Amino acid sequence: MNNLEFTALVGACSLTAGFLGALTGLGGGVVLVPLLTVLFHVDIRYAIGASLVSVIATSSGAAAAYVREGFTNIRIGMFLEIATTFGALLGAFIALMVPTPAIAIVFGAMLLYSAYLSGRPQPVVPVDDHPDPLATRLRMNGTYPSLDGPRSYYVHSVPTGFSLMFGAGALSGLLGIGSGAVKVLAMDQAMKIPFKVSTTTSNLMIGVTAAASAGVYLRRGYVDPALAMPVTLGVLAGSLVGTQVLVKTRTRWLRLIFSAVIVVLGVEMLYKGISGRI
Amino acid sequence: MTRADWTDRRVETIVGTLLRAGVILSALVVLAGGIVFLSRHSFEPANYRVFQGEPSELRHFRGILRGVAALRGRAIIQLGLLLLIATPIARVAFSMFGFAEERDRLYVAVTGIVLAVLLYSFLA
Repeated sequence: MNNLEFTALVGACSLTAGFLGALTGLGGGVVLVPLLTVLFHVDIRYAIGASLVSVIATSSGAAAAYVREGFTNIRIGMFLEIATTFGALLGAFIALMVPTPAIAIVFGAMLLYSAYLSGRPQPVVPVDDHPDPLATRLRMNGTYPSLDGPRSYYVHSVPTGFSLMFGAGALSGLLGIGSGAVKVLAMDQAMKIPFKVSTTTSNLMIGVTAAASAGVYLRRGYVDPALAMPVTLGVLAGSLVGTQVLVKTRTRWLRLIFSAVIVVLGVEMLYKGISGRI
Repeated sequence: MTRADWTDRRVETIVGTLLRAGVILSALVVLAGGIVFLSRHSFEPANYRVFQGEPSELRHFRGILRGVAALRGRAIIQLGLLLLIATPIARVAFSMFGFAEERDRLYVAVTGIVLAVLLYSFLA
């Protein structure tokens, strides 16, 4: 394959991944690394480098729109970013040391887990109207716009959320993904933050988390410009279009298909990792 | 609305604009670099099977800037990616000014920690 064909094919795949990722809410970054390694035989280190910068692009692009709508809680995001950025630095340094089959195995397990998370019915989190002293001291409680005017909410279990966020950051730095699924899990389930607030705040945090490890990857020579170019532009364009049509379509079937793709890629990554062929 | 709420809303609007401008600018630079790269190297084989690591002139600011000055496609793409990485960092730096204006010392400190980690990773 020459550079022109490679750019066109990788660009088209990234566009599709970004589009489906935005439409299903699962994020496009999660399928990029396995797609590049399995389909295009790209070394997993180059794939992670390219995926990581594309994650920054989609997160910043989407966050720009969400922040203005007033759902994003900048204080919650900033406080938890302490955990995610330290985690991301740690993850990036681990990635430099462990052999690539080990990274592939972690990646495969993560793919299967996120497919499981998206497949199971969302547990209903009981509303807790008692303010938590630590969250109150950290000024995390806020309001979000609703049809009946601003609605207030209380944040809970800050230490649990903070620890989960450290893990999310480490995964992001290790695998070059946004790990939005873990971030939403921490905020939505553990900290009992309203869904729309946790998804938009998670989106804002993804860019900062990825930026914390991107510098490490760049200096170690993991970021190849000719590969990152079609990946970043493709995913960015795809996700922007995906967010536009999000409201108009029913996504249940798409979610199912996309989850199936994730399962197949997850098994493939596990197999490649265990057999050491990566 | 209290003064702090008002400042919060204003900071959010500016943060939104900042993020959008950063992404558009870096995407345009990456695209320009891609066009230069493909106009010269379209028919060379693409091979990413074996990891060699990028040459040092594509890993550091100075090398990248030198390459941009020489109008090398790969260096221009890399500059676009640097701008992309810098966008959320600029967002965090700006938030710090917002918190300082609200005299929210706790969050000036929180933001300072995040900014320090980011700058360490970006510059060290």
